[in-house]
Amino acid sequence: MAKIVVDVMLKPEILDPQGNAVASALPRLGFNFAKSVRQGKRFEIEIEGEPTAAQIAEVEKAAEVLLSNPVIENFVVRVEK
Amino acid sequence: MRVGVITFPGTLDDRDAARAVVVGGAEAVSLWHGDADLKSVDAVVLPGGFSYGDYLRCGAISRFAPVMQLVIEAANKGMPVLGICNGFQVLCESHLLPGALTRNSDLHFLCRDQVIEVVNNQTAWTNSFKQGEKIVIPLKNGEGSFQCDDQTLAMLEGEGRVIARYLGENPNGSRNLIAGISNAKGNVIGLMPHPEHAINELTGPSAQGLGFFTSILNAMVK
Repeated sequence: MAKIVVDVMLKPEILDPQGNAVASALPRLGFNFAKSVRQGKRFEIEIEGEPTAAQIAEVEKAAEVLLSNPVIENFVVRVEK
Repeated sequence: MRVGVITFPGTLDDRDAARAVVVGGAEAVSLWHGDADLKSVDAVVLPGGFSYGDYLRCGAISRFAPVMQLVIEAANKGMPVLGICNGFQVLCESHLLPGALTRNSDLHFLCRDQVIEVVNNQTAWTNSFKQGEKIVIPLKNGEGSFQCDDQTLAMLEGEGRVIARYLGENPNGSRNLIAGISNAKGNVIGLMPHPEHAINELTGPSAQGLGFFTSILNAMVK
């Protein structure tokens, strides 16, 4: 069994109020390392056996059609060992 | 004239939208998200709410509902479609309208009476208003911040496709104070505030929302 991971992030130019709220909460708790925070989504998709190039292409397609909104988000597909 | 009002699982405002259609002078026809038939309606309203629990993104799953395939096809042929709030989000996810609605800039769910200006009264859903008319209708949303790239924004502004703007302070971070837009033909409208809750002064801040529902009759009679 393998796991295909899709990370979806708002495009850099899109305002991320949730990330900003996290960034401003961190120093209140004494964590002073963050210059900025962006919040995204992670999808973990399990498949039987090792993924083929065709399966990964299919996941890429699904990421474009459903998992992300290309108007405001970018995504990255990778296989996790 | 028959105006369909779609109910998805999680839709809230379908009853008010149907009532507004009737008070506006048309017949309201209930459409279910799983319907594979538009029941010979002349126009469609996508009401507000939290269709499919807003899972994934607001409107992202509703877009693939069986009834939406028919709405997309009919809208591309010119059928008038009004998406209010969650309906606006569904229309953006369906690519019937450009841009996207994102989390309110201050993260708060808003619920208040909002002054908006009708800046294009030449559409199927706004022709009852005077150009530049200021109206007060409820605004209630968590993800109502209209976002798009600079090129799309210039296109919307240049082609007169911004149909309504918020007046006063920007309530949710929408670019150019955009409260509503249309598609290129002007038959598909997305509107974040709720005209269907403002058709009677007894229960709403005004009766000015009714103009959207009388407009569609004018558009059909012409």
